[in-house]
Amino acid sequence: MLGQERIKQIAELILARSMADQTEVMVSASDSALTRFANSTIHQNVAETDAEVRIRVVLKDPSGSGAKIGVASTNNVEEAALCRTLEAALSIARLQPPNPDFHSLPAPQPITEVASYSEATAGCSPETRARGAGAICLLARDAGVVASGALTTASLEFGIANSLGVSAYHRTTQADVNTVIMSDTSAGYASAFSMDVRTLDFEAIGREAVTKCMKSRNPKPLEPGEYTVILEPYAVQDFLHMMTWTGFGAVAYQEGRSFMVGKLGQQIVDRRVSIWDDGLSSEGVPFPFDFEGVPKQRVDLIEAGVARAVVYDSYSAGKESRHSTGHALPAPNPMGPMPLNLFFAGGDTSIEEMIRGTQRGIYVTRFHYTRPVDPVRVVITGMTRDGTFLVENGEVAYPVKNLRFTQSYLESLNSLDGISRATRLLTGMGGMTCDSVPALKVHQFRFTGATEF
Amino acid sequence: MRTFTDRALNLAQAQGASYADVRVVRRLTQQITVKNGVVEALSDDESQGFGVRVVVDGAWGFASSSTLSPQEVDRVTAQAVKIARASTLFKVRDVRLGPPVISTGTYRTPVQIDPWKVSLDDKIALLLQANQGLRSSPGVRVASSSLAFWREDKTFANSEGAYLEQTKTESGGGIEAIAVDRQRGEVQKRSFPNSFGRDQRSEGWEGILAMDLPGNAARIGEEAVALLSADPCPSGVTTLILGPTQLALQIHESCGHPIELDRVFGTEASYAGTSFLTPEKYGTFRYGSAAVNLTADATLPGGLGTFGWDDEGVPAQCVPIVREGLFCGYLTSRETAQQLREIVGPGAPETSGGAMRADGWNRIPIIRMTNVNLEPGSWSFDDLVADTDDGIYMELNKSWSIDDKRLNFQFGTEIAYEIKNGKMGRMLKNATYTGMTPRFWGSCDAVCGPTHWRVWGTPNCGKGQPGQTAHTGHGAAPARFRDVQVGVLK
Repeated sequence: MLGQERIKQIAELILARSMADQTEVMVSASDSALTRFANSTIHQNVAETDAEVRIRVVLKDPSGSGAKIGVASTNNVEEAALCRTLEAALSIARLQPPNPDFHSLPAPQPITEVASYSEATAGCSPETRARGAGAICLLARDAGVVASGALTTASLEFGIANSLGVSAYHRTTQADVNTVIMSDTSAGYASAFSMDVRTLDFEAIGREAVTKCMKSRNPKPLEPGEYTVILEPYAVQDFLHMMTWTGFGAVAYQEGRSFMVGKLGQQIVDRRVSIWDDGLSSEGVPFPFDFEGVPKQRVDLIEAGVARAVVYDSYSAGKESRHSTGHALPAPNPMGPMPLNLFFAGGDTSIEEMIRGTQRGIYVTRFHYTRPVDPVRVVITGMTRDGTFLVENGEVAYPVKNLRFTQSYLESLNSLDGISRATRLLTGMGGMTCDSVPALKVHQFRFTGATEF
Repeated sequence: MRTFTDRALNLAQAQGASYADVRVVRRLTQQITVKNGVVEALSDDESQGFGVRVVVDGAWGFASSSTLSPQEVDRVTAQAVKIARASTLFKVRDVRLGPPVISTGTYRTPVQIDPWKVSLDDKIALLLQANQGLRSSPGVRVASSSLAFWREDKTFANSEGAYLEQTKTESGGGIEAIAVDRQRGEVQKRSFPNSFGRDQRSEGWEGILAMDLPGNAARIGEEAVALLSADPCPSGVTTLILGPTQLALQIHESCGHPIELDRVFGTEASYAGTSFLTPEKYGTFRYGSAAVNLTADATLPGGLGTFGWDDEGVPAQCVPIVREGLFCGYLTSRETAQQLREIVGPGAPETSGGAMRADGWNRIPIIRMTNVNLEPGSWSFDDLVADTDDGIYMELNKSWSIDDKRLNFQFGTEIAYEIKNGKMGRMLKNATYTGMTPRFWGSCDAVCGPTHWRVWGTPNCGKGQPGQTAHTGHGAAPARFRDVQVGVLK
């Protein structure tokens, strides 16, 4: 970690030396460590100290139509390297034709302070991580099965400044544990995420996955077809990620690729579905601003089933003469803005009630290797994994071999039988997102294939 | 640099490491994207640092830093040793690496035109020209053209005496057209020469020129628009001919990943999954038909998995994977090669096949594909189509998914064509096919010959925790598969 003062010095140095019309400096630094275990023993144990300085320069076109933009980055924070990187960004900008759609870097706005830093996580030792991993491994050994998984602790800091006066700094911590417990014929999964490593209950995570693994031993084959499904939050999180990739961002919307195109203000899914992004909520792991230093806003994406909005960065917002919602990713970013702090509103039932009310259906722990087949309809294919069960007559009847599905998530959100009251905080997309998700019960979920385990 | 690496190795051993290696890596990347005639992204990125990997009391530790200073070497090496000691708390067996690796030497990717010496003007001009070509079809809503260049300078040294210096260079480029029918809410996409932005190879600017992106742009735009009114791919069981880029991904997913021995031994179970190719299948399992010959060849010119030595200092080599349909080889590391030999006996190689690769200075090497290839057969493409009474030709991947043991897969392609009575017929959209890995490769009855064969790049292969992205290569020519389930979209 560089610290707020050093980050400020780096930003000031670059802003002072830049000859561009506008200049933006993003400085990030991290100390992270990961303890990975498999076959109930630690097999990878790593640590990393890194920093990055990313410079975006803007040269206004003399004709007044747009601007030339150059971006360069380095992880060498010595002054000579910083100056070389600034020069690289300027050279890139000078050599390109102007982008008529670019208007300006964002102007400064008040930023709300949020707390998302834990000294315990930042100072977590390899021995503490080993003991956490060991607790899970011992539970697996006692049950005669094997544990694999990973325990990550990380401290990160971000500073963003630009020549228009933006100056933002925030530091945060992350602690994440996930495990797959395996027997000869089955597997079980559990994971948890927090800013404070002390709140992770490794034994509880281990017990959840061991229990799931033991219950899913000796699975039977099941014919693919349309079934009612009960989806644990691990599976439901994929709904949020796929809707993010296919439609919650302004670029997909502006290019006509989003499922939200032409639907704003219309009912697109069941009225019980509300999905929003809120980077400031203390119920998640808050982060006060985006990668342009714009304060994060709560954006209601789907409210009571009605499509309400997509998220913007300053570039995509400029194309529609509106303001950024605070969802920029690091420049350059042709993919556009993305929501990274999603909330799926809880409902009025529980997983147990969902099972009791199911005549015949499939209980799914999580999905694996999901990919869009038809992005506009959010048709996704993927496999079930780590605990799939047949539910009959209101009870979990027996474990089944994993199934492939090819299903529109949008249609599923229109085929809801229930949403759990309880939600779970999960991280995703390689630690980029923090999502709050409930369990769902959905009818007519389409399984199109099966595998051998 | 030797002073730097020696400092880490000496300190590690002085603090109790029975083995240590250190990699110092500097990576440069340049990416340019033009969208609808506008340069939307242009960046030069640099990342440098070093990583120290140690074995202490039979357990692994690794630490890394972006600061290249003597003080930081001392801190990071001590941290790696401390982490290794923590790893021993729940150790069940000691790390065994087999015979020492004492390679020395240098390697450089052969490059005719250094992409870092080509002006940005030339690069942008090429992309703008290609982009204009894509938009010559009025129905194209989004036209993208992009280039990516990648260079890595790496020094590797270990406590056994190895010292290696390598410079790898890669060049990638591609174009993509998206056509939208807003009334029907339909989007179709065509890419060239490969999907998801680009094809990439270990070569210089000459590879970009050979792609002829501007010369193919108008056709790609037209095809994207034509797909909107094409018939959907029917459902059923039929004969399938896969084009080379789709076949390259099929090889990657259903051949390359299951032969990674770390997956087989369960050390990737919590993330990417395991493998159906368990050790008792070694040398006995029928993976495919007699037409199927697979190799993992890190010496293949142009391949993204081509290098001088892997990140354990093991020399690049060509490893037979499947011979005439029979499974005969894994991708291995020093440690897993020893474990395999303990299980299957002296029939397994004594040393690593050289497949340990790390995504930069801040990641440990893990088993990755090199260039996993379906070796060419003898058919010409025209003869293959003429020999097919009824079937579908599919090309260029649009979606891909496979289970966590690499058995059940489903792929979608950008474009397909009906084959009737030995002739290519109408264009088909939304084509998908699905199958089970050994059954699918068992149904392969023809592979096209060397004139249709080339190595394709996959620069985005994800694996490991923390996540690593590998650049892998896949040699492929069109091939035919019988009795395949196609068309699963409602």
